[in-house]
Amino acid sequence: MKALRKLLDTIKPHVSKGGKFEKFHSTFDAFETLLFVPDKTNKSGVHVRDSIDMKRTMIMVVMALVPALLFGIWNTGYQHFLVQGVEADFWQSFGHGLIKVLPIIIVSYVTGLAIEFAFAQIRGHEVSEGFLVSGMLIPLVLPVDIPLWMVAVATAFAVIIGKEVFGGSGMNIWNPALLARAFLFFAYPAHMSGDLVWISGFSAMEGVDATTGATALAAAAQGNIGDFSIWSSFIGTIPGSIGETSVIAILLGAALLIYTGIGSWKIMFSVFAGGYIMGFIFNLVGANDLMQVDALHHLFLGGFAFGAVFMATDPVSGSRTETGKWIYGFLIGIFAILIRVFNPAYPEGMMLAILLLNTFAPLIDHYVVQSNIKRRLKRAVV
Amino acid sequence: MSEVIKIKKGLDIRLAGKAEKVFGKTALPRLFAVKPIDFHGVVPKMVLKEGAPVKAGTVLFYDKKQPDVKFVSPVSGTLKSINRGERRRILEVIVESDGKDEFVDYGSVNLKELNRESVVERLLESGAWPYIRQRPYDVIANSADKPKAIFISGFDSSPLAPDLEFLLTGKEEAFKDGIEVLKKLSPEIHIGTNSETASKIYNNVKGVKTHKFKGPHPAGNVGIQIHHIMPINKGEVIWVVQPQEVLSIGALFTQGKHDFSRVIALTGSEVKTRSYLRYRLGASVSEMLKDNLNSDTNLRVISGNVLTGDHIESDGFVGFYHSQVTVIPEGDEYEFMGWLKPGFDKFSVSRTFFSWLFPGKEYRLNANMHGGERALVVSGEYDKVLPMDILPEFLIKAILVEDIDKMEQLGIYEVTEEDLALCEFVCTSKLEIQKILRRGIELMIKELS
Repeated sequence: MKALRKLLDTIKPHVSKGGKFEKFHSTFDAFETLLFVPDKTNKSGVHVRDSIDMKRTMIMVVMALVPALLFGIWNTGYQHFLVQGVEADFWQSFGHGLIKVLPIIIVSYVTGLAIEFAFAQIRGHEVSEGFLVSGMLIPLVLPVDIPLWMVAVATAFAVIIGKEVFGGSGMNIWNPALLARAFLFFAYPAHMSGDLVWISGFSAMEGVDATTGATALAAAAQGNIGDFSIWSSFIGTIPGSIGETSVIAILLGAALLIYTGIGSWKIMFSVFAGGYIMGFIFNLVGANDLMQVDALHHLFLGGFAFGAVFMATDPVSGSRTETGKWIYGFLIGIFAILIRVFNPAYPEGMMLAILLLNTFAPLIDHYVVQSNIKRRLKRAVV
Repeated sequence: MSEVIKIKKGLDIRLAGKAEKVFGKTALPRLFAVKPIDFHGVVPKMVLKEGAPVKAGTVLFYDKKQPDVKFVSPVSGTLKSINRGERRRILEVIVESDGKDEFVDYGSVNLKELNRESVVERLLESGAWPYIRQRPYDVIANSADKPKAIFISGFDSSPLAPDLEFLLTGKEEAFKDGIEVLKKLSPEIHIGTNSETASKIYNNVKGVKTHKFKGPHPAGNVGIQIHHIMPINKGEVIWVVQPQEVLSIGALFTQGKHDFSRVIALTGSEVKTRSYLRYRLGASVSEMLKDNLNSDTNLRVISGNVLTGDHIESDGFVGFYHSQVTVIPEGDEYEFMGWLKPGFDKFSVSRTFFSWLFPGKEYRLNANMHGGERALVVSGEYDKVLPMDILPEFLIKAILVEDIDKMEQLGIYEVTEEDLALCEFVCTSKLEIQKILRRGIELMIKELS
C-alpha cells in the first residue's frame, strides 16, 4: 500500500501540469483515484462532506446487478442443457454460462472503458464512473448468442453517440445501455429477436423443435403463454436476455438500491403500477392473445422488471423532480405494456417505452418546475 | 402561537465534539480583528491608518457603497495592521488591545423616548448597524428600507452549534431592551424557538410573535423559519438579527456604549476542553486553542460551524456573525481503496456504508472531500435536506446558466448559503453549492440595482 503510494507519487510530477507526459493526466488520475481516495480537502463552503462519491454510488448499482448476473449465468447453462435433454448439475450449468457470458462482459467493459478513457484524455477531464454500470447493464440485456463483435459495436455506439457527443456522463439524454440494445435491435434484428438466439448454441443444435427456444413473450404472442407458468417467470428459469429473466434476482437488486437510497423507489413502484393497470385494462378487453396474459404475469415477462429497476431509475436520463418521477415511471409502465400488446413485430416494449420516456423526461420536469413557479407566484397574491 | 411547525426534511450531522454547557475560564487575547470579508458586498474604505490609537467603538472603516454603514473597533488600543490579500483587498483590520477597555460613550437614553430616526442614527454611528442583515441576499440592511418584519431565530440547529438560550442566561432584561429598540425599526418581530426547550427568555418578551419549530437542521436557520411563516416575495425585505446581537443593540441605548461581549462555544472533535467562553467580538482564537488541541494530525480551525463557517488559521479571528469555533482534522491524506471499504466509520445520508448499523454513533469527520467533482448525476438528493417549497437543483442550474428570470422564479430571494449548505454536504458530485449560490446572488444584486 505504502509502496504503491510511493510509486504513484514518483509518477505524478511527470503527468501533472508542466510534466513530460502531461497529456496522460486523466488516465493517471483515473488509476490513482481508483486506488486511493484523493487527499483533496474542501476549499469553499462546507468543511465536511458526506462520504459518498460517484465511485461508491456506481459500485452499489453494480452490486445490485450481481444477483441478476449470477442467475443469468446459471440460467444460460441450464437452458442450454435443458433443450439438449442433457442432465447437468449446478456447476456444469454455471460453468457453461460463465464461458458464454464472461466474454460478453469483458468485451463490453474493454470497449466502453477504452472509449471513455480516450474521450477523457482528449477533453482533459477526469474519467467518469458512469460506465462501470453501463458496462454491466449492456451484457445483461443481450441474448447470450450475440456475436462478440456486435457487442463491441453496440457498446461503442452507446458510449459515443449516446453519451460522449452530449458531453459525457451526466449529460446524456438516453440510457446508454438501452441505446446499445436498441441499436442492435434495429441494425441486426436477426440476432436480437426470433426464436433462435436466446439459448446458447441453439441454432447449431439439431433435432430440437425451434419453438422451444422462444421467449415467454414470443410464446405469449402466439397464444402459448400457457407453456410458461407465472412461477417460472418469477424465478426466471425461462429463455430470455442474460440478466432479465429472474424477477426474484432483480427484486433482490431493487431491495439493495432502495435500501441504500441510490435507486428511486418512486420510479420502480410507479413503473410496476403503470404496467399492472395497463395489463389489467387489457385483461378486461381481451381482444388478442397478449391482452389475455394476466396483468401480474405481464410484469414478470421480458425485460419489464429489469427495466423498471435498473433502467428507468437511471437518474441522468430519467425525470429529476420527485413529482416527475411518479409520472415518468407510470407512463413507462403503461407504454411498455401498450407497445408489447399492439406491436406484433416486437413484443418487448420495455426498451422502447423507457427510451421514449427518457426523451420526454425533461418535458415532464419542465411542467413540474412550472407548477412550482406558479404556486410560488400565487403565494404573493394571497 | 403554540402550534408547532414541523420540519421534516433536513439532516442532523452527528459530529463528535459538542461543547459542555459550562462557562470555561480564559484570558482574553491581545489581538482583535474586524474582517471586511465577513460582510457580503461591502467595499471597505479605511478611516484610520496603522498605528492610530482607538477606543472600543472608534470607526475603523466604512462601506464605500453605503457610507453610513461603519465598522468599529471592539477594543481600545492601537490599530496594529491592515492585512491585505490579492489586489490589495483588505482581509483583516487588526487592533491590539491595551487592556484599558475605554469605550466611546454615546450617552444612555430612555427607551420610551426613542423613535426610528434616533435608533437608526445611533446604530449606524456606533457600528452596530451591521448586526441587522436583510433577506433576500444576506447583506447588511439598507437603513432606508421599511422591512416587512424582523426575524430572530432563537436556536441554532447546525452541527455542534451552541445552545443560544444557554448563551443568554442572565441576560433576560438586556434581551428585552434590545427587542424594544428593534420594535422602533419594525413593529412586527418574530422569534423562532425550539419546540423541545422551554424558551422562557423568548416567551417572556412582550409584543413579539414566537413560533415553535421542531425537526432536524436547518430548522434553526432563520431563512427556513421565514419561509414557513412569511415567505419572501419579489420586492419584499425582511431583516434578521441574532440573539446575542440583540443584547448589544439593547445595551447601546440603555448603557450608552457598544457592548462587544460575545459568548463563543469552542467545539469540535480535536479540542480537548470544550466549553462556552465569555469572549469578545473579533477576538483571536490563539488563546482559547493554546494547549487545547489534539495534535496528531493536521487540523482545520473553523470560525463558525462546519457547514457555513470560515477556514481560519490557528491564530485567526472569530468572524463577526459567529458564536462558535470548531476544530476538525484536515484529512489531507490519501485513503487506499476508500470507496470500496465497508465503511463502518464513514458518515453518509445514504446507506451505502455500513455505518447505518450504528444510528447513534458520533463521527470525527474531517475536511476531506471524499471523492472528485463530477457532473450532476444523482437526483433528488438536495430535495431531502431543504425544507422549503423550492427545487434546489433547478435553482442551482438557473444560476449556472445565469438566467435571472428563472433564478427569481425558483426562489433565489428566499435562500442564502446557510440554507443550501446541507445540499452541498450531501452532494454526490461534490459541487460547490454555496459558492454557486453567492455568485447568483451577486448577479441578482448587480442586475437589479
